[in-house]
Amino acid sequence: MGKLFERFPDPLARLIVVVSALVAFGAFAYFVLIPKPVKDIEIQWADAIKREKARPVRYAGFQVCEECHGEIHNKKKTGFHKDLSCETCHGPAKAHSEDPDKVKPNIPTARTFCPQCHAYNPSRPRGFPQINPVAHNPLKPCSSCHNPHDPKPPTTPKECSACHGEIARTKAVSHHVQLECTVCHQAPQQHKVSPRSVKPTKPQAREFCGKCHGKDAKEKLAANAPKIDMGEHGEKYVCWQCHYPHSPEVEQ
Amino acid sequence: MNGRRSFLRGFFAVLLSGGAIEGVMKLFPSKALAKETARTGKWYGYGVSVDKCIGCARCMDACKNENNVPREPFFVRTWVERYITRKNGQTTVKAIAPGEEAPETASDRTILRSFFVPKLCNQCANPPCVQVCPVGATFQTKDGVVLVNEKTCIGCRYCIQACPYGARYLHPVSHTADKCTFCYHRISQGKLPACVEVCPTQARIFGDLNAAASPMSRFLRMNKIHTLKPGLNTEPKVFYASLDGEVR
Repeated sequence: MGKLFERFPDPLARLIVVVSALVAFGAFAYFVLIPKPVKDIEIQWADAIKREKARPVRYAGFQVCEECHGEIHNKKKTGFHKDLSCETCHGPAKAHSEDPDKVKPNIPTARTFCPQCHAYNPSRPRGFPQINPVAHNPLKPCSSCHNPHDPKPPTTPKECSACHGEIARTKAVSHHVQLECTVCHQAPQQHKVSPRSVKPTKPQAREFCGKCHGKDAKEKLAANAPKIDMGEHGEKYVCWQCHYPHSPEVEQ
Repeated sequence: MNGRRSFLRGFFAVLLSGGAIEGVMKLFPSKALAKETARTGKWYGYGVSVDKCIGCARCMDACKNENNVPREPFFVRTWVERYITRKNGQTTVKAIAPGEEAPETASDRTILRSFFVPKLCNQCANPPCVQVCPVGATFQTKDGVVLVNEKTCIGCRYCIQACPYGARYLHPVSHTADKCTFCYHRISQGKLPACVEVCPTQARIFGDLNAAASPMSRFLRMNKIHTLKPGLNTEPKVFYASLDGEVR
């Protein structure tokens, strides 16, 4: 060894020693000190994939619900909502499928929920069933007329406002808001099937209004109704020539 | 005589160097060569039927539930854009926000057509985000999904800039780049991505592009297929049916 160094001049020998020490340390650091995952990007990627795969699943998937809720599933699969996954409306249900008693999925009942899909929007594809949530049976929850698991338009409307929306909206802000349509109109069942050939009745005489608004009205409904003397007040006319019954004015 | 000798020498030198280059290419196959090899196993793709999308934003909601995406509307892995084309040829695009009231446009007579376009990471076969990442934190898996390694991402936003589809965002908590993973944890268990799961009109379709018979291969067969910005050579794996020419 000594002989080997004698062949070099002294400064060069020192340089060789320093450089080889550096190289040795570098090699030691690279091969021993630095852990393998830092050097090998494949290991980092495999790690990342493992981490990605281990993320928790929140949505159970459309096949799972059927196992317990077969009845609803069978009902749903014949209706318009057959392609809808349960979790579209009920939200993520993986936790519920693992512990059905403890975790319950959401049942959306708010009137704002269904219009997320069914509110009228001109950008929606043509033919998709849409309604105007302001005018369509205001304040009533959707599920009172439509079964969300088998939705269809009700064959006969239960409410007059389904067709006579404008009148219903006018009445809703008037003094007659408490009166059912049937107080003044009798609608035969046939009117709901063929509305134009069979029409509901309308009051014919001023005495009809007088039942509530006459001076000595006995009607229970009319306790707080404004009273007039039928003999003096506009005896030449029928009431609805001056007052609109769906929105009677408030003038004293 | 000299001319012939030098010509032959040059000729053989060129032959040899060409061979050497090819040998080197074989030893170290570049990305370009690797791309042309036949793909075996899973190779995931995604389909979007633009004419089925009703813009209900259930997909955005489901994605945020499934993947812990921040609730603020700015952070999204998938989003839905509303296109409005006017009669003068002008097109406006605005991403919808869930629960937001749609602007009244029904009575606007200058509108020619309007529609919704769902967007998400295109999981490009030739992804620009992977090319620019300085630390190799974003990469493509064997099944063709581009993932981000949160541990090594330094949050430099270079990939966010490089993505021509604007599909990436910087996660405000981890300060790393985040993007759609096709719900990698779900698809590796054989489930559908959350957005596909909840889409009420089947506007979103997911599957293995190598599978012979699947909703995905049927979607590709039955529709005229477009991709977004095909000229960029990113080879997107999100395929669009009934795509309007205005959509970028």
